[in-house]
Amino acid sequence: MTPSALLPSPVALIVGASSGIGEALARRLAREGYRVAVLGRRAENLQAICASLNAETGRQCAFPYSHDVTHYDSVPPAFQTVLRDLGRLDVVVYASGVQPAVEVNEYNFEKDRAPIETNVLGALAWLDQAALYFERQGSGHIVGISSVAGERGRVGYPAYQASKAAFSSFLESLRNRLTRHGVHVLTVKPGMVETEMLRNIKRRMWVISPDQAAADIYRAIKSRKQVIFTPARWALVMLVIRNIPSFIFRRMAF
Amino acid sequence: MTHLLMSTFPSLQNLTSLSNFGRSISAPAYLYRPTSAGQIAELFRRAEQTGYTIGLRGAGRSYGDAALNSGQVVLDLRRFNRILEWNPQTGVIRVEPGVTIQQLWQITLEDGWWPPVVPGTQFPTLGGCLGMNIHGKNNYHMGPIGEHVLAFTALLPTGEEITCAPAQNADLFYSLISSAGTLGVFTSITLQLKRLYSGLLDVEAWTAPNLRAAFNDIEAHKDEDYIVGWVDSIAGGNALGRAELHRAAYLPAGADPDASRTLTPDYQTLPDTFLGLLPKSAMWRFMAPFFNNLGMGVVNFGKYLVARFQNHHHYRQSLIAFNFLFDYVPNWERAYGPRGLIQYQAFIPRATAPDAFTALLQLAQKRGLPNYLSVIKRHRPDNFLFTHAVEGYSMAMDYRVPRDVLALQRLANDLNCLVLDAGGRFYFAKDSTLTPEAATRFLGEETLARFRALKTRCDPHAILQTDLYRRLLRDSTTPSVTPPPVADVLFANRTPIQK
Repeated sequence: MTPSALLPSPVALIVGASSGIGEALARRLAREGYRVAVLGRRAENLQAICASLNAETGRQCAFPYSHDVTHYDSVPPAFQTVLRDLGRLDVVVYASGVQPAVEVNEYNFEKDRAPIETNVLGALAWLDQAALYFERQGSGHIVGISSVAGERGRVGYPAYQASKAAFSSFLESLRNRLTRHGVHVLTVKPGMVETEMLRNIKRRMWVISPDQAAADIYRAIKSRKQVIFTPARWALVMLVIRNIPSFIFRRMAF
Repeated sequence: MTHLLMSTFPSLQNLTSLSNFGRSISAPAYLYRPTSAGQIAELFRRAEQTGYTIGLRGAGRSYGDAALNSGQVVLDLRRFNRILEWNPQTGVIRVEPGVTIQQLWQITLEDGWWPPVVPGTQFPTLGGCLGMNIHGKNNYHMGPIGEHVLAFTALLPTGEEITCAPAQNADLFYSLISSAGTLGVFTSITLQLKRLYSGLLDVEAWTAPNLRAAFNDIEAHKDEDYIVGWVDSIAGGNALGRAELHRAAYLPAGADPDASRTLTPDYQTLPDTFLGLLPKSAMWRFMAPFFNNLGMGVVNFGKYLVARFQNHHHYRQSLIAFNFLFDYVPNWERAYGPRGLIQYQAFIPRATAPDAFTALLQLAQKRGLPNYLSVIKRHRPDNFLFTHAVEGYSMAMDYRVPRDVLALQRLANDLNCLVLDAGGRFYFAKDSTLTPEAATRFLGEETLARFRALKTRCDPHAILQTDLYRRLLRDSTTPSVTPPPVADVLFANRTPIQK
């Protein structure tokens, strides 16, 4: 049945949808009947994603917007443009993330600031906007793609891990602020997902496809979960890792 | 002027969530509350510059999506509400569109004048009443409110100000009234009120054992000033459509010895408490547990029994107690629960009405989605562009929105088919379920073509839009506003939002 005033099709805005988990989630949500606004840096990718989704679903369900999350001042007008074009918002996903390759003995501020700018400041710019909007609406779903990397400060990728720890903590605060306003906040902690980000990683473990991650995330949105690991077995691993005492952890090589 | 508009338009500070009166649809919008035509003209200009559309909203009493404009700008016109001129000798009043029915009668009643047409609640604004061309329980001989408008001025999105009357710009007079705020915004309204000699009405209440009998009784009393019927929509079988009817008549001069008292706002009040106990403001909370099929079955049965017991009961009732039944319980719509309600009102010609309304009630009962409150009224046609009235009857039905919204939408689709097959019509103040095809079927291609020609003339950039406009009235053959292939919001050509 076509959407009506009583049954409008839900709308998701996905920041960081030109590849990886963001793209897979955009595809998943579009197939589930959502209209999706896909935002990312690479316009040609976005256009291809939208063209294929519109063709596949046979309806105008995907809308591309080129956007760089580190242009923080452009976030509020970008948010308004999407809201104007799609008319409403039910889910806002922040999936942008970068993980520059750094060596274990490398201390490089220029490299280290990048994950903070994209993974943290970009997320704050977007999710503050989303939080304000959903609070006034009294409903909505915020989804943040964080990482298992934020659970503990290991020797590899200090800035990336710090950015994900900050993001996870920010999402938890949002959840505690917004639950009373009927807004759900989902923190997603993926392990290793077969995306461009994984190219820098040498040792791999339990690698899943972006589609598998998107399936887990969609299920978590529907069942209003608060925090999920994908795949789920990372929850157990992280339980162990979180509890390794420092006198052992600081001598470990990972 | 700049105090109203922030440096950016629309400002995120104005972003809010609006809902329909039935609380079944919600839509984000940037809400502005202008107080003058000049401010509205400025907002039209800003909208045109920034590619936004503007929806007009009065008191937000529409049951459907007529006063919503998802993701866009909405003007709440309630502060544009001055009384401009009142002549107690002639009963002619000129007001701004944000004036409510309540504000109006509280000014005029003491001089012995009353709006000739009022809806079932006194809270709508006159701008909203004209936009929808509302009717009352006397539609069959007083017509809709538009027939009592002597003239109005309006501002078009082009910036043009027009004056319309039945004999001046008649095409715009008969279309701005009834087009749900999609052609222009009223800036002043001149109304002819009705002379009254008492603040009381002579009322008689009686019952009819089924729907056909109810319609026969209404026909037998068609010379009354008002007729309205409540229908028990839960009873089935032979009792299907059993009703309690009310007829009311104005009192002639001299019939009310106490007229100077009954014609005052102090006399025209609704009770503060229910049965002298429950405060009215809390009433809806006590009603909520009954708003399910079982509870409403009991309530409808009880109401009919009481009506039977008091059959052919004659009494005198104040104007507002008779007319504004909906206002007895503030926030009554909340009793329908978190998903709200829809009101479904169908207008069906006299010949097909009894069978068609019977079929509507039966179908809803069969689906397990009976409506909880039904009201029948008598109507006659009028000359306005988007007229909803027919030579016949209407039934307004309140449906609770169930968990399975799709089931209700499917029921509504099937009801719509039954109504259209019976030659029926619908009302934009109520509708939330029609498809463009169904709307075209009852309005007719010719009417829609006339509307679109007027739209091009009054609002060439289609600045005035609402969710209802996009759902039913927009010409779907012209491309809708969709973003360009890849909208570049990286360096959006706008200044950053200033907090």
